[in-house]
Parts: sequence; C-alpha cells; structure tokens
Amino acid sequence: MTAVSTAAVAAAPPRLAAVRRFSRAFVATPTAVAGLGILAGITVLALAAPLFIHPSELSVVNATGPSLAPPSARCPLGTDQSGRSVLTLLIWGTRPSLAIGVIATAFTMLLGTASGLAAGHYGGIAGRMLMAVTDWFIALPALPLAISLAAVLGQGDTSITIAIAVTSWPGTARLIRAQTLAVEARPFIERAKALGAGDRQLVFRQVLPNVAPLILVSSTLTVAGAILSATTLTFLGLGNPTDVSWGSMINQALGDGAVTRGAWWYVLPPGIAILIVVLGFTLVGRAAENILNPRMLREL
Amino acid sequence: MAAAAPLPARGRNAPESARSPGQDSGRRDFLHYLIRKLAAAVISFTVLLVVGFIIFSLMPSDPVAALTRGRPTSARQMAFLVKQLGLNQPVWERFGRFVADTLQGQLGYSWQFQTSVASLIAQRLWPTLLLMGSATVVSVVLGIWLGIRSGWRPGSLIDRTSTGVAVTLWSVPTFWLGIILLVLFSGGFGPIPPLFPAGGMSTPGTAGGLNPAHILDVIRHLVLPCLTLVLVIFAQYQMIMRSSVIDELGSPYLVTARAKGLRDAEVRRRHAVPNALLPSVTVIFLQVGTMISGAIVVETVYSWPGLGYLTYQALQIPDLPLLEGTFIIFSASVIVFNLLADLLYRYLDPRVRRQ
Repeated sequence: MTAVSTAAVAAAPPRLAAVRRFSRAFVATPTAVAGLGILAGITVLALAAPLFIHPSELSVVNATGPSLAPPSARCPLGTDQSGRSVLTLLIWGTRPSLAIGVIATAFTMLLGTASGLAAGHYGGIAGRMLMAVTDWFIALPALPLAISLAAVLGQGDTSITIAIAVTSWPGTARLIRAQTLAVEARPFIERAKALGAGDRQLVFRQVLPNVAPLILVSSTLTVAGAILSATTLTFLGLGNPTDVSWGSMINQALGDGAVTRGAWWYVLPPGIAILIVVLGFTLVGRAAENILNPRMLREL
Repeated sequence: MAAAAPLPARGRNAPESARSPGQDSGRRDFLHYLIRKLAAAVISFTVLLVVGFIIFSLMPSDPVAALTRGRPTSARQMAFLVKQLGLNQPVWERFGRFVADTLQGQLGYSWQFQTSVASLIAQRLWPTLLLMGSATVVSVVLGIWLGIRSGWRPGSLIDRTSTGVAVTLWSVPTFWLGIILLVLFSGGFGPIPPLFPAGGMSTPGTAGGLNPAHILDVIRHLVLPCLTLVLVIFAQYQMIMRSSVIDELGSPYLVTARAKGLRDAEVRRRHAVPNALLPSVTVIFLQVGTMISGAIVVETVYSWPGLGYLTYQALQIPDLPLLEGTFIIFSASVIVFNLLADLLYRYLDPRVRRQ
C-alpha cells in the first residue's frame, strides 16, 4: 500500500507524471482495456436507451407479443409472460442497475473515506471508538442488515441505496484508515507539522491526495459489489415494483412461473448482463490496483 | 466498541506474561484471553440490540398504521394498540423492555403467521442448519483440495482453471445461479430429464420421520440448493488455501523435507498442508455471515423451509417482528461463530498463545 504514495511522490513533477505513468501502464494491460471497453459500451447503451425505446414498450398493458414466446426474429430474446420483448427490458434494465450501483458507491465512499481519514488521523479514544464501530459493522451479516433496513424504509430505489451504503462503508473505512496511518508515518507529514500545518491542512492537503488513488480503485470494486447487492435486494422484492431492472426481471421470472416453464431466454440474459457489468468493474479495479501496487502482481 | 474494550487489557497483560512463562501463567493468560473475547462478544451483542431497536422500533414512523393496514379500525382500537405496544412510553423504558424480552427469548408475535416468532424460528432452524452444514462440508473439502492442488503448482493448468472458475462463480449472483440450476435440472431441459424436485424439503403428502424413504426424499430435495451454495462459496476456501500453500512454498523446512529424500506428494501432504491448513480452518467460522446471506437467497429460490425463506416470507408483508427476530438470530450467530473462531485459532496456533 505504501507503493501508492511512493509512486505519486517520487517523480519530478509529481502528480502529472504519476498520472501519465499510470495511464501508460493501464493501456498496456489488456484486461484493463477490455474492462474499460465493457463499461464504456454499457454506459453508452444505458444513456442512449430512451432514444430508441419508447416507455410504452415497457408497459405491461400495451404489450403486443405472445406470452413467454421463445426467441424469434421480431424479439431476438423472446418475450416475458405479459408479452414484452426481453431485449427491450434488458437494455432498459441497465439504467436503474447502474444508477443504484454508482450512487450507492458514492455514498459508501463518502462515509468510508470520512470515517477512515478521521479514525486514522485522530488516534486516541475517538479514533478507536470509530474503528470499533467499523469492526462491528464488518462482523455483522450484510444481507440481513440490508434487508431489515430496506424493509423498514419501504420498497424503492432510495431505501436500497441507503441499505447498500450502510452495509458497505466499513470495508472502505478500514482500507482508508490503514492507508492514512501509512501516509502519516512518512517524513513529509512531519515536515508539514513542523511548518505549522493544522489538522485540516494535514488531512486535506497532505493525506487526502495520497489516499485518493486508493479511493478510486476501491470505488471501482465497490460498484461491482453494490450492483450485485442491489440486484439481490431487488430480487428479494425490495425494489420499486413498477421499475424494470435486472433484479426485478429475475424476480418476476421466478414469481410468475417462467422458471418452471423452462423459459431460459427470460432468466439467462439479466444474469449474464449482471455478470458482464460486474466483470467490467472488477477488471478495471483489479488492473488499477495492480499498477498502483506492484507487490500484488507477484502474489497473483 | 467490540475491539476497543480488549485493547487496554492486552497492554496490561503482555509484559506480565512475558516475565513468567510457564504452565500456570499460560492458563492465566488463556483465562484473560477468554474473558476479553467474551466481553467483546457481549458488547457486540449489546450493540446488536441497540441497532435492532433503532431499526425496528424507532425507524418505522407508525407501527400501528402498519399493523392495521387494510383493516377498518376505530380510533379507540388504535389508542388501545398504541397502549398495548407500549408506544406511549419513553424510549428508554421501551428499550429496557425490548432487551429483557429478547434475552428471555420472547421475540414478539408474527403478524402473518399469528404465532410467536421464537417458535417459528425454532421450527425453521433445522432445515437451515442442514442446508448450511452440508454446503459448508462440501465446499470446505472441495475448496481446500483444489487450493492445495493449485497452490502447490502456481501458474499450472489446474491452478489457472480452478482459480478462473472459482472467481467467476464467486462473482455470479447467487439467486441467478440457483435459478439456472433449477431450469436445467428440475424442469427437464432439452436432453436433461427432470432429475431433482423444484422446491421444498420433501414431497408433499409423504410421511415424515426417520424412515429411509423420507431421508432419501429430503436428500433429493437438498441436492440443488446445496450445490448452488457450494458453487458460490467454495472459491473462498480455494483462494485462502491456495495463498497459504504458496506462502509455505519457500519455507526452509520444505527444503529439509526434500533433502531427506521424501517424494513430492509426501512433502506436500505431511509437511506443507498441515501448516497451511490453519487459516482455512478459522475462515470456516468467519464465513458464517456469507453463508447466511447465501442461504437467504438460495432458500428463497428453492422454497427451502428454513430461516432464509422465513425472512423472505416476512419481507413480503413486511412482517416486522418476524424480520426483527431473524435479524437478531442471524447476527447473534455470527457473533457466536466469530468468538469460536478466535478461541479455535488460539487453540490451534501456539504462536498466538505465546504473544
């Protein structure tokens, strides 16, 4: 983990050179480029979906196709039980799945970074209490906690987002705290202190820039986890019932008997879509991690 | 708070034990250790009660409205319910009563089943234990075996294949994997005949009890849910075993073992593996949280009548007392297993004892 800060500090014009070196190494990693390609493609698809999909195509009432028809020329992925095209649902489902994943990650990072920085910078009782709370949250089974929170908050995307953020911030907090401790042990922090830097100056101008690359890497990996959690919670019936998302598609496939009738074309695509997106984020995150931390490479 | 409590204690005890190493101080050290870990577990449980109380008693804006939803209720009945649920009392009193009730095993009454939550949980506990137990055994054996194979020759074909498969399965959504297995093996898909039942724990209408036919029936129902859990979870054990075998690879004692002329398989089985097993063994206990999350989803897919499916059923209403009960049971069992992992690790690894 110290390698992150070494890479950022050692070069002559520090940050820019580090960024340039990072992008060069990133482009040279095939898996990273593949992951980035996947993510770019899916983001474009999600943003462009309203251009070629009319909301009426998603409505159960207006559906024209036969119920649970296998793939055909008109509907390349077949239809669901109310006759909507599975392909249309699949493309539209990208939007809530990505949105919840990204927003929940943003909250996770905010909470995790704030408490990690605070716990690492302020030692003593306050810092230890903060870490104890974090440890306690890590030990707790995530899904039952998320289910309970989301159930009490009511169905919908907001409660799913909150539930994911509440259950996933402790991991980030622990990571950021460890990195904060490592950075604060370095001589330039002592120098800054000797020059009279206050807590705020130290945390935001000295520590945060050195922790930032780690935050970025960790958030890529967190998005993958958040998307998985979001689809799981939606599958369990905690999502907005009128929304079309990958989790709700699988939920309906199981609930309305598509599974028992062997309608694989309705079950297979949303799962593969989840897998591809999670794979994209994981590839990018792992590659960035490897570039920033050369020690990891040897272990893999 | 769980970790904060033991810290000062460790600082006080460490020099003392370093001064007088011996049988007696070893036992005293263990007692200290045990008390510290027990105290940490008790604090964790207290925090769990606080969180449970906040989520289920303070966060719902109007429990009476939720309780009487869809039913005609007069204002007097509402007032009676408020009084009966104790909602007009101060928060501290309500918390005190909640703690007392929980410690006595009174987890309230389920809204949809109209029985006590505790009896529901007791009823559904065994199916979950059967599912999680069998899945743990299979995935530990499979994961450790694959981990040894791939860690002993890192970069070999078996390493790359098994690591790739394990990581892919690890990132597959559990519920989707379950459904795919369900479509493939229970409905009769293409050339595959319907091999296993689609859900439940036994065929309806058959006699229960311990007769062989019933046991066979339960096993047939168990195969698919157990397989799903195993496929998702064995990656953990495989990765941990692999990396701890790799850690041992360069050790001098392996060179010694080879210099003695032992065959490669013997060096692996009798020297490397016993040393590398340690982390995997404790991880079994630390994985209970992951197992619970997996069980909730898998039981939902296969309508396996355990605690996970009970959680799902509670979620559909939502039946808050029932959800609260399962939340407390799940979290409490994680706390207990973490404690067991700590104690077991100390028992298995003499190095931890000496520190």
